[in-house]
Amino acid sequence: MVMQGAGTGIEAQVASIVDGMKGMEGPLLPILHEVQEEFGYVPHEALPVIARGLNLSRAEVYGVVSFYHDYRKEPAGRHVLKVCQAESCQSMGSDDVAARLRQALGIDFHQTTPDGRVTLEPVYCLGLCACSPAAMLDGEVIGRIDADRIDEIVAEVRA
Amino acid sequence: MKPVIYIPGDSGALALGADKVAASIAGELKQRGIEASIVRNGSRGAYFLEPMVEVETQAGRVAYGPVRAAQVKGLFDAGFLSGGAHELALGDPEEIPFIARQTRLTFARCGITDPFSLEDYERHGGLAGLRRAATMAPAQIVAEVTESGLRGRGGAGFPTGIKWKTVLDTGDVQKYIVCNADEGDSGTFADRMIMEGDPFVLVEGMAIAGLATGATKGFIYIRSEYPHAVAAMRRAVEIARGAKVLGPDVLGSGRVFDMEVRVGAGAYVCGEETALLDSLEGKRGMVRAKPPLPAHKGLFGRPTVINNVISLASVPIILDRGAAYYKDFGMGRSRGTIPIQIAGNIRHGGLFETAFGLTLGEIVDDIGGGTATGRPVKAVQVGGPLGAYFPRALFDTPFDYEAFAAKDGLIGHAGIVVFDDSADMLKQARFAMEFCALESCGKCTPCRVGSTRGVEVLDRLAAGIAPDSQIELVTDLCNTMKFGSLCALGGFTPYPVMSALTHFPEDFKPAPMREAAE
Repeated sequence: MVMQGAGTGIEAQVASIVDGMKGMEGPLLPILHEVQEEFGYVPHEALPVIARGLNLSRAEVYGVVSFYHDYRKEPAGRHVLKVCQAESCQSMGSDDVAARLRQALGIDFHQTTPDGRVTLEPVYCLGLCACSPAAMLDGEVIGRIDADRIDEIVAEVRA
Repeated sequence: MKPVIYIPGDSGALALGADKVAASIAGELKQRGIEASIVRNGSRGAYFLEPMVEVETQAGRVAYGPVRAAQVKGLFDAGFLSGGAHELALGDPEEIPFIARQTRLTFARCGITDPFSLEDYERHGGLAGLRRAATMAPAQIVAEVTESGLRGRGGAGFPTGIKWKTVLDTGDVQKYIVCNADEGDSGTFADRMIMEGDPFVLVEGMAIAGLATGATKGFIYIRSEYPHAVAAMRRAVEIARGAKVLGPDVLGSGRVFDMEVRVGAGAYVCGEETALLDSLEGKRGMVRAKPPLPAHKGLFGRPTVINNVISLASVPIILDRGAAYYKDFGMGRSRGTIPIQIAGNIRHGGLFETAFGLTLGEIVDDIGGGTATGRPVKAVQVGGPLGAYFPRALFDTPFDYEAFAAKDGLIGHAGIVVFDDSADMLKQARFAMEFCALESCGKCTPCRVGSTRGVEVLDRLAAGIAPDSQIELVTDLCNTMKFGSLCALGGFTPYPVMSALTHFPEDFKPAPMREAAE
């Protein structure tokens, strides 16, 4: 069912997500996850639609979106590479892993390569602490990263 | 008998190539025309041996590891399906010293069974606790848990039974069980391992908590950094619901309990219980002032049991074997077992479940085998990003809530991160402040602002600007954060900072002096 006032495609799609999930207890985070799953980010146009559907103010919805690190305001690159920077990985040289990846990809953390191929992000623990240093590429976990593995990762995201 | 091959599907094993190994094994089986079944089990926790492949033979299970995909053909040539000799052969997995020395109560099935087979779960003692609980009055179940001495494994160490009793005693019609699976502390992975390797034990523990307190609905809040654990729990809940372990008539008892898996969104502070409740309600994950306790006014203002994964996963064995059995393990007021996670720069990293009481030195040197780099151990951080750094001089501290508190530390979620002598403790102290600034929910000023000022003070110290007054400032700041923050994020960030400063003062000398000293 399309909600009233849903004009653009994004708004209509978000409205149908909200409609399907608003019966849950505490539906806002699951809805935002679903919106991000659908679009790859949480489009600005989605906020008023969600606010209306859940009877919240736009400020409340925006407050939640901006609080959590996971929600993106713009689309990510085709690949998302998350490199663990927490203590366990630090003890196994994660600073160095990050520096090499930054250099090889020519971007800093929280940036996307100009060709849109890859977004580089820090992550604070993937629970792979007995296999440090660790990373996650498009949801696939990678442990005990060494120089060879860095080369493989770079080749994969550039392909 | 059709051979059975076990290849862990645990994400730690996947990170080391378990899927590639599984694909190679499947390929070889096909090519050689051998009929065999492959079970994707959990991990036994010996990550230095992962991916560890096991085969069921006439003489029991035989392990091989760590296996790389390129070695699979060689394993087949050596006849590993019947336990043939090979350089990767480890023999009976139960006899591997790292595994043999453990006392596995909570993790009894992890790495052994098929995580998604309820039959397998029951064959290995699963559901016995819930079946017994279903015949007991709520107050009896609570008394059993209280009597066992189980304390919150999330870090605070609060007696689980007391928490449950508070919720039981409230008269509300709607109560909740919330499982805190927002395991964000670096160096910890016990929650992830049990959710991926034996998810039914958590389902069972939560169902028992429901029967004990009169709560009919549960939520498992899992961090988004754990996609495999999320998938495993969702699948397990579905299977349990299908088998009527969950639903309107739990195991035919006529009592109601069901649960839902929810996913976090990358905020570390949501591991704090009240912030987690706000997050579940669909708000910013802001810490609440206590009182009211979640047991009185928790999720949606209703009485709520909020427990860590390991606390809840330890409940089934307590109900199955009785409080006395569990209580018999441990020391002092720390009863039962604790899954210690040995991580970081360590030779034999992994999960080691044991009774409380081992010393830090035994854990790091003896069980962990020292550093992976082979250099001397300089410091170990115990209890995650909010835990203290311990020097070798404190390696005689026994693993026990009170003993660690007495040394100005905490065991937290029992993660241990080892650093070799290349670690710079000033840098580690700075990171603690930086992480606090990044993850602060913003409610308390000492945490929100103090952490940023802390980074600046430590930067000035590193630059050699008036070092003595910087040390005085950071000490004073830590004191303010410790006593002026509502939750452990602001309140405990001083632990890593002050322990680094206290135990490793040489790293806090300004740069020119540090260079001159070398």
